[in-house]
Amino acid sequence: MTGARRSAPRPSLALRITGVIGELMITAGVLLGLFVVWQLWWTDVTAGRIQAQTLADLGWEEPAETVPAVDGLPTGDPPVMAEVPVGEVFATLLVPRFGGDYEVPIVNGVDKRTILDTGNIGHYPETAMPGGLGNFALAAHRTTYSKPFNQIADLQPGDPIIVRTADTWYVYEATESLVVMPSQVEVIAPVPGLMPGEEIPELTERYITLTSCHPMFSARERFITHGVFKYWMPVSAGSPAELTASEGGQ
Amino acid sequence: MYALLWRALPGPAWVRVILLVLLAAAVVLVCFEWVFPAIADYMPFNEQTVG
Repeated sequence: MTGARRSAPRPSLALRITGVIGELMITAGVLLGLFVVWQLWWTDVTAGRIQAQTLADLGWEEPAETVPAVDGLPTGDPPVMAEVPVGEVFATLLVPRFGGDYEVPIVNGVDKRTILDTGNIGHYPETAMPGGLGNFALAAHRTTYSKPFNQIADLQPGDPIIVRTADTWYVYEATESLVVMPSQVEVIAPVPGLMPGEEIPELTERYITLTSCHPMFSARERFITHGVFKYWMPVSAGSPAELTASEGGQ
Repeated sequence: MYALLWRALPGPAWVRVILLVLLAAAVVLVCFEWVFPAIADYMPFNEQTVG
């Protein structure tokens, strides 16, 4: 068989060059396809694993399912923790609209490689901490790396956005969503919309802001959802009504 | 190009097929573990933050 092939006439040089170019192009196509598979699927798998491990490592007590009566909720200012070092997990985010079992760790810092790519939600350093006066500003992936903010565009005004720290629940309510340019840092200002350089007024409101990419699979713009603080309660008192309602309803 | 690779591999056809599958698996592993993560840092669609 090999002998028969050897005796066949050698293809011309032009034909051989064309053949090599063709094979290179097929190889490039396969590699590009592999990259898409890796980016859209494999990063989800690996980041999801790390995310699950991060949640398990927290070792926080499981909150009771009981919902405290409305008049039993604390009325004073919420406890606000001091900002933790960059890279440290300090809270989790729960959004019933994203699913009854949605819970994603929040890490201080928005570094892509070490924080966002490992399936976490990143907290913009030096913005408010949960429950704090000002703007508790977060960023997360929307289409890749376990995509914590995949469904950010589904949030409706009035939807609960719940933050849990080791011992406190902070319940926020979505107010509005908007699409901005990546340079518009005023969305994470202590008062959303306050331009850089403007004097910061005395803070009276507690905001939350979620930022992600927009349109999906692009980074031309940013999708922003703002929310305002509604109430807080200690984890030892049970679970917020918004969480238990979503489990029954969905 | 791939014809050369085929001829360079030792053994009967089935051994060569197995070797090629192993080679392909190694390429995928190297890409997934090191090459793609490095490239992804330069891809614009992974930016989520403002500022």
